[in-house]
Amino acid sequence: MSNHDTHEHGDPIAEIKKVTIILSVLTIIELILGFWMIGVTSEGGRLAIKGTIVILMLAKAFYIVAYFMHLKHELKNLIMTIVVPLALFIWFITAFLSDGNSFRNLRNTYDPHFKEQATIKVEAKEAHHGEEGAKEATEAKEAAPATEAKEAAPAKAAETEKK
Amino acid sequence: MSNVTTASTKEAKWWNGGKSPFDVEYGKVMMWYFLMSDAFTFGAFLIAYGTVRFSTNGWPNPNEVFKSYPFAGEGTNAPLVFVSIMTFILIVSSVTMVLAVHAGKMMDKKGVVRNMILTIIGGIAFLSCQAWEWNHLHHEGAWWGMNPFINADGTASSTNFTNFFFTITGFHGFHVFSGVVINIIMLIMTLTNQFEKRGHYLMIEKAGLYWHFVDLVWVFVFTCFYLL
Repeated sequence: MSNHDTHEHGDPIAEIKKVTIILSVLTIIELILGFWMIGVTSEGGRLAIKGTIVILMLAKAFYIVAYFMHLKHELKNLIMTIVVPLALFIWFITAFLSDGNSFRNLRNTYDPHFKEQATIKVEAKEAHHGEEGAKEATEAKEAAPATEAKEAAPAKAAETEKK
Repeated sequence: MSNVTTASTKEAKWWNGGKSPFDVEYGKVMMWYFLMSDAFTFGAFLIAYGTVRFSTNGWPNPNEVFKSYPFAGEGTNAPLVFVSIMTFILIVSSVTMVLAVHAGKMMDKKGVVRNMILTIIGGIAFLSCQAWEWNHLHHEGAWWGMNPFINADGTASSTNFTNFFFTITGFHGFHVFSGVVINIIMLIMTLTNQFEKRGHYLMIEKAGLYWHFVDLVWVFVFTCFYLL
């Protein structure tokens, strides 16, 4: 085998065990946070938990790539060839998510129908079976805003506009 | 760390030609490049999902959608339970894959065979879980273009949620399926002594890279769809 393997320190099996435990613990923490988030209603609290989950996710990704995929023990030349292009994701995520956010704000400002859709409540449906059930579900969904529109005058205007 | 310093003192030599500046064989470099391109494909999918989610006012609550597990009654409310099992299945199969790669380096054919079989079982178990979940959601009326789940805030939802869910988990499931097929081929090649004849188990390492990548993608898919 190539000579860089001889530079490895320690027992590979011990390293595999260590990384397995780290990955399991990180996953369990993620799940605990996920369960905890079900009860959290404040927007800021949810955002904080989501941020923590994303950081844990990146930590898991690091351990899988570095140890399971062995990248940490490769030459720096190879590491840089793989990691540097992936840094483009930082820009992709920043640009596209803020673009999505901006699109929502623009529509909420200039598209009254879009904004109104986010205020009309519909009733939760029971689980349906098969495709016919799904069809009923969509019909019920379309019917639900219409019945509520009778109570809310601006919503009614929007309904007629749609027709 | 001594690894890095050795590399930097020899830096000029690595790029002088006559040898691979990465010090790995051709197939492995190409596997890394393929995985990088695949990472961009998955990244594009997930970023598209994120963008659409950011541009929408409401979104279904994953804890409402994914709250059942096999053999559970109609009114089961067990969010995250089934998907945690799926996640652990994939992590464990990734671990057995590392052990198979390690056994391959030691030229331990028995170890490779045992761990490859365990990895394949893990992959098939994950696929079965996913098949059950797709089937279950389909029975509830969810499919491409059909979304029976309302938004978390009680407003009407669009079909974006189900479209992205089935496309991305489907694409990932297809990767798992390909991984299982590759692993089965590797197992057959091991059993027929192909690697013994070659004198090395480098093919197992390449299949291992692919399999870990599938696990890596699931880390992201799992987080984006079930936790956030």
